[in-house]
Amino acid sequence: MSEESHTNYVKIWALLVVLLAVSVLGPMLEIQIITLLTAFGIAFVKAYLVAKYFMHINMTPRFVPYLMVTCLVFMLLFVVGTAPDVYKSEGTNWKKTAEWQYMPPSPADHGGAAEHH
Amino acid sequence: MKPIATTRSTSGMPTGLLAIWWVVGSEIVIFGGLLGSYIMYRLSHDAWANQAANTNTALGTLNTFVLLTSSLFAVLAHRAAESGDGKKAARLLYYTIGGAVTFVCVKAFEWSTEIAHGYTITSNTFWSFYYTAAGIHALHVIAGAIIMAIVARDAAKNMELQRVELIGIYWHFVDIVWIFLFPLLYIAK
Repeated sequence: MSEESHTNYVKIWALLVVLLAVSVLGPMLEIQIITLLTAFGIAFVKAYLVAKYFMHINMTPRFVPYLMVTCLVFMLLFVVGTAPDVYKSEGTNWKKTAEWQYMPPSPADHGGAAEHH
Repeated sequence: MKPIATTRSTSGMPTGLLAIWWVVGSEIVIFGGLLGSYIMYRLSHDAWANQAANTNTALGTLNTFVLLTSSLFAVLAHRAAESGDGKKAARLLYYTIGGAVTFVCVKAFEWSTEIAHGYTITSNTFWSFYYTAAGIHALHVIAGAIIMAIVARDAAKNMELQRVELIGIYWHFVDIVWIFLFPLLYIAK
């Protein structure tokens, strides 16, 4: 706890709030690369700050971060394994029809949705 | 006399701490799979962007702020528990629970507005993902708040103070999940 006790948690929180503001304001420029960097890039930075300074993952035995990374790798394996079914339009003994891309409009799309905001 | 599992430390860390990290590890796979599926479908369906344009960014931002602030209270509660101040730890945990209640209230208002406008879980695949991902996350928030109330009750009597850190780690993970859900559901339009 000695190292933890020197951490200024309020400063970390303030930094997280500033990053939140940037992640909301950045995409308003409507430039794709800025949106990706500010919305998603900053999400990784915020997650890192929370994991390091709030969860103190760097102070746990080394196998804990390895365990977390292993879980992430398994999750990525799931994504990579199923991605072809989502992205490819045809494969062995299967082919997607036009219906696959069709998204039925929600009732609000027929009127009233504009009032939402 | 404490149960053996509470005091045992065969892995170089208290068993309770090891257990909560196992919980976090399994939650990574649950939420990771959900978010991974969302990203894949979002990128392969142009129509999803139009649907995502109907989520309320202001309320999503407010809820992100609420969760970040509640995480601050949780880590301050951990610090208080480490210094043996159970009463202060309990008070800070109650502030964290306040954040959880605020989050759920904002979410309830947001969902009721969206449902009133016709965006329901059966509207189309985007809204199915939206309600499923945000709903599972909200259930974690509610569960965390309930467990935190039990931990705070004991902490106020200076009992089981090690649990303050454990519920804190869970809470910060719930915060991290929202940190990724927020740009996916509210920002990328």
